[in-house]
Amino acid sequence: MIIANSLPNGFVVFLTAENGWAHDIDKGVIAESDAEADAMLRTAKQAEHDCAVVDPNLITVEIVDGQPCPTEYREYIRATGPSVPTPS
Amino acid sequence: MYRYDEFDTRLVQERVEQFRRQTGRRLNGEMDEDQFLPLRLMNGVYLQLHAYMLRINVPYGAMCSRQIRQLAHIARTYDKGYGHFTTRQNIQFNWIQLKDVPDAQGDLAEVEMHCIQSSGNCIRNTTSDQYAGVAKDEIEDPRVYCEIIRQWSTLHPEFSYLPRKFKIAVTGSPNDRAAIALHDIGLRMHRNKNGEPGFEVLVGGGQGRTPFVAKTIRDWLPPEHLLSYLEAILRVYNMDGRRDNKWKARIKILVHQTGLEEFRRLVDTEWEQIRDSVLKLPQAEIDRINAYFAPPDYEKLDDAGEAVAAWRADNADFDAWVRVNVADHKTPGYAIVNISLKSPNQPPGDMTAAQMDAFANLADEYSFGELRVNHRQNLVLADVEQLRLWELWEKLRALDLATPNIGHVSDMIVCPGLDYCSLANARSIPIAQEINERFSDMDRAHDIGELTINISGCMNACGHHHVGHIGILGVDKRGKEFYQFTLGGSSDQAASLGDRTGPGFPADKAVDAVETILNTYIEIRKDGERFLDTYRRMGMAPFKEALYGTF
Amino acid sequence: MALFNEGGLAEDLFSDVSIGDELPAKGTLIVSLNQWRENRDKLIGRSEPLGIRLKSDEKPEEISADLRHFSVIALEFPAFRDGRAYSYARLLRERYGYTGELRAVGDVLLEQLHFMHRVGFNAFSITDDDAMRAWEIAAADFSVWYQPTGDGRASVMALRHGRR
Repeated sequence: MIIANSLPNGFVVFLTAENGWAHDIDKGVIAESDAEADAMLRTAKQAEHDCAVVDPNLITVEIVDGQPCPTEYREYIRATGPSVPTPS
Repeated sequence: MYRYDEFDTRLVQERVEQFRRQTGRRLNGEMDEDQFLPLRLMNGVYLQLHAYMLRINVPYGAMCSRQIRQLAHIARTYDKGYGHFTTRQNIQFNWIQLKDVPDAQGDLAEVEMHCIQSSGNCIRNTTSDQYAGVAKDEIEDPRVYCEIIRQWSTLHPEFSYLPRKFKIAVTGSPNDRAAIALHDIGLRMHRNKNGEPGFEVLVGGGQGRTPFVAKTIRDWLPPEHLLSYLEAILRVYNMDGRRDNKWKARIKILVHQTGLEEFRRLVDTEWEQIRDSVLKLPQAEIDRINAYFAPPDYEKLDDAGEAVAAWRADNADFDAWVRVNVADHKTPGYAIVNISLKSPNQPPGDMTAAQMDAFANLADEYSFGELRVNHRQNLVLADVEQLRLWELWEKLRALDLATPNIGHVSDMIVCPGLDYCSLANARSIPIAQEINERFSDMDRAHDIGELTINISGCMNACGHHHVGHIGILGVDKRGKEFYQFTLGGSSDQAASLGDRTGPGFPADKAVDAVETILNTYIEIRKDGERFLDTYRRMGMAPFKEALYGTF
Repeated sequence: MALFNEGGLAEDLFSDVSIGDELPAKGTLIVSLNQWRENRDKLIGRSEPLGIRLKSDEKPEEISADLRHFSVIALEFPAFRDGRAYSYARLLRERYGYTGELRAVGDVLLEQLHFMHRVGFNAFSITDDDAMRAWEIAAADFSVWYQPTGDGRASVMALRHGRR
């Protein structure tokens, strides 16, 4: 999948099948091949050039309970938010 | 405290409008991220893992109640209702939106605050002693010189594109509470043999990947030459500092590779050319700024030792809080109160908007409307009447701000780590929370005694792990979080860097390792010996054996 | 690229030959430090105005005794983040007394012009897109300055205490 931060608000977004961006990981599109992944990254780089997102990256996910879940813990935290409760 | 005059006000307002224009140019595509990055950093805006972060300067840690109320407003209006105090005596908000930053900065300007140079390869917020002006051992108030440095360093046209970031700290006391030896430049006020106050100047300290304790480049500098001498050091660094390798770009590497003697010669040669220039501080300016730091209208009081002692005898919790969190004040009848932001219920250094507002009221009621932030991510009310300690304590307790752990095991310096930071390799906050839980018994914590545990989530060392009595460094080992330990670090007037114990521990064994280290200390300590003293006397061997067994 | 100075867009009368090997026999040239050193007498003997371009690791003290020969000194920013030339510019103006054109060349971006002007640059080689707005931004962002530099603007401290 492609993960990035939205330029105007900074929040984490995922590339969707319609070449848009969604905050929910399960609305993001999963590449099934290297070629698909390359194409998605090109789309994302164009979106970066067009000032929609910052720092787009390809990440590896697996499906856990029907949901995409990043395999690396860094990307998992980036996708799901801080692992500690935020003060309130 | 210092108040802006018309010039300070205008400059900060103009800076807000400049960044509003720059942000607009970025959002509409006139600037790419590469061009915008240094501009946003110099205005305090980072992009972290989940969102932008805005870092706001608290110059030398000094704030008034009106300012922290405005921070609460910013937390509520533009963020998620909390902020995080940092080791640079700054506060950062973790969920700010780029499009809102100019408005937030405008709100800050209303209360004489700004984000200028809170990041970037430029001169950062000058830090100081949280006991400035009230410490018994103080020679002169360092805040006066911090403010002079703040103005000189703000939007310095020559030094805004340095090889790397640059940090200055000032102490007016022989007991160093500002970690000056771990700064690019450290200034320590002391008297020469004629009794005149001046600065010992240290240079080339720092943590990160290659830590160094700073070295003395000048024994005694007259205060009137402060700016010309700083400008000489910065100019040598700007011209000669390494720009080929980010990891070797700090001034510590230049000093190390050039050699202290040669570096001193370069600085002195430069300084000779400018020492009597317009940079020489006029006494009128020192006096003007000094007037802002005149002591508040203290009541003429006697020391209230007996009354406080009676309360302490009556209540063990109050007794512990006074013993651990309250420090001596130079004025009879007053006390310095340290407020721990290391409650077990919140990430270290974090404060909610509600706490900020309530605390602003306490500052008004008990401490002349002022407060301080220290580099250990705690707060200070510097001017509290001893006879009002009990009622203040009760109100702090109601806010979860009276944890009696200052300088003890759970009073850790902790960077945000991988829970927020895109540079981190491992998380810091969960380790800190587990330590806090494991040592939640305050009697046990007080038996362990004075101890600093500092935790960083990567080798950039924002959590000052090199100078923790126990330092913990998070690393990524084949896709798993591991934690390496150092022992024997210290950031005070006898600063030292910690020594590595050996291989790191996985996350689920890291706090066991802390416990092993502390149990070993308790076994081998002599009466009254702090952990650091025991380590310095015994060395690594007993701790290594306890951690790893005999090989 | 456009050349811009305090008077607005300006015609560049100089040819920058500092990258080439050969020195043209004629022309109003900007030469490299090496070219200057190797052809010093020849260049002094010519009637056209002369310029020199210093790279970011060539300090101005290399030419401090020769300043009278130059009508233009161009200081190079290999990347806009490389801030060495800000110090070089101040040294040229404030220490060595250079009064001619001091030109910022290389990766010179609109957002850095204000600081460049403060340290003594008075000409900027920038992209055409930026040139139109350059002066409005370089001159207008700030009206107060804490630091005394050689640019003649009164510092805040000077204004506070009534001295220049």
